[in-house]
Amino acid sequence: MALTAGDVKKIAHLARLGIDDQDVESYAKDLSGMLDLMTQMSDLDTDNIIPMAHPLDQVQRLRSDEVTEQNSREKFQAIAPQVEAGLYLVPKVIE
Amino acid sequence: MHNKTIADLAKGLRSGEFSSVELTQSFLDRIKQHSSLNSYITVTEDLALQNAKAADAIIASGKAEWLTGIPVAQKDIFCTQGVKTTCGSKILDNFIAPYDATVVEKFNNVGTVMLGKLNMDEFAMGSSNETSYYGAVKNPWDTNTVPGGSSGGSAAAVAARLAVCATGTDTGGSIRQPAALCGITGLKPTYGRVSRYGMIAYASSLDQGGPMARSAEDAAIMLQTMAGFDAKDSTSVDQPVPDYLAGLNNSLDGLKIGLPKEFFGEGLNSDVAAMIENAVNEYRKLGAEIKEVSMPNLKLAIPAYYVIAPAECSANLSRFDGVRYGYRCENPADLTDLYTRSRGEGFGKEVKRRILMGTYALSAGYYDAYYIKAQKVRRLISEDFKNALAEVDVIMGPVAPGVAFGIGEKIGNPIEMYLSDIYTIAINLAGVPAMSVPAGFVKGMPVGLQIIGNYFSEDRLLNIAHRYQQVTDWHQHIPKGFE
Repeated sequence: MALTAGDVKKIAHLARLGIDDQDVESYAKDLSGMLDLMTQMSDLDTDNIIPMAHPLDQVQRLRSDEVTEQNSREKFQAIAPQVEAGLYLVPKVIE
Repeated sequence: MHNKTIADLAKGLRSGEFSSVELTQSFLDRIKQHSSLNSYITVTEDLALQNAKAADAIIASGKAEWLTGIPVAQKDIFCTQGVKTTCGSKILDNFIAPYDATVVEKFNNVGTVMLGKLNMDEFAMGSSNETSYYGAVKNPWDTNTVPGGSSGGSAAAVAARLAVCATGTDTGGSIRQPAALCGITGLKPTYGRVSRYGMIAYASSLDQGGPMARSAEDAAIMLQTMAGFDAKDSTSVDQPVPDYLAGLNNSLDGLKIGLPKEFFGEGLNSDVAAMIENAVNEYRKLGAEIKEVSMPNLKLAIPAYYVIAPAECSANLSRFDGVRYGYRCENPADLTDLYTRSRGEGFGKEVKRRILMGTYALSAGYYDAYYIKAQKVRRLISEDFKNALAEVDVIMGPVAPGVAFGIGEKIGNPIEMYLSDIYTIAINLAGVPAMSVPAGFVKGMPVGLQIIGNYFSEDRLLNIAHRYQQVTDWHQHIPKGFE
């Protein structure tokens, strides 16, 4: 299956991932090559197979509802690109 | 000093033959001397010497454990509090981790010395260490070749004696393949055996940390410290950790070894195949019985992996958005521009390729055809391992189809690079443990034997590798210029 440059741009938008215009064609080629590999799987009958999400088929472990983490806002915000008054700053979203 | 095993170094430290400060300084000197290998991203010289002083005090008080005062290096995927943690990416070039990974904490708790942070493929995506933002790592056996990846810095540093041992992580072969290509011993434990807390996620259902060392015994000592349940990792397995050293010398008499015919087909370099056959014969002499097994779905491991791993990576890497930490683009026009450009400028090409692939596989209309299909194939591959391991104790085969390839040789052809992981990837899909053990040389370049076992059989794998290392000396060879 071949992806077009348009497909790649659409996927990149879904991932909020900037890609250079000059690279779009090469991504289309690489991704198409990967999709070709994947067609090998379609020959295999998997109708009654249960999908495997976890190697040990474990389920999510629960814990008791107790506070275990202390507030570390200052420590975490010390490495943020832009903060003010304990808030993360981003460009204006609402006019 | 730098050629000694952990056990010998621990004895030397305890007897006062040398101090941890002296030992650490000798490694720091070697790291400087061989900086052209590019195996380290960050060398934590001051911290290492502080750690060493503290370790000497512990040793003097008689409370030393095996790893107390031993200079170790961490793959730069493990968060280290107060120390730059880049994951080989520009997007984390300014990231000073605010906490320690559980693995790092466990090493700290026994007084290990941290020499620094090791180079790796960006976000552990790569098989050659060439996708690192910090440049390719060179293989000490031939500096024109790659060390493998993604834990290429770890493998090169251990082989070149720039650390006694190192941590690695393995999502599709990233401990075993570089270990093989650099002639060291590496172990990918059972999924869930070593905590993933603070280990930057690539594909969460496949990622597993493990030891990279110069012998099975050293790997056992490391794993003893690294393994164990961790409440902070929701997929950590709550099972007791056995004594990995206790059974190292157990007899291999009657050991049943399975050789999957799918591991020895087309694509395997014939000289590498001959080395693997020699190793299997060595096991025969040690009392093992050899049996052919079949794993019919193995050939589908690469397609299944390249759906599942990118799908998980596209979700995991969505956290790098330029808002809370890491790289942010200059003068974003609006919020979408902030996300798009920060990620576009911060990630390298291979990471972008996998985010795109994963986003596509998870997008509406394709989810069933790719993601669910791959998960079903994953179950069939895992059944292949269960069936084979019901007949035999361990499976053996090559780690990689050839020896280390040239820097620049495969990086332009991603699919060809993916195909070189044919013998390692299925193990991660199944979640079973596997080792790479030095098993000879082809034209002067190391070859690795892969030993694959059942879930939580790390003690047995280490025993099998150790007995082989008692009768062979492949693991003791030193690359020229690094003696």
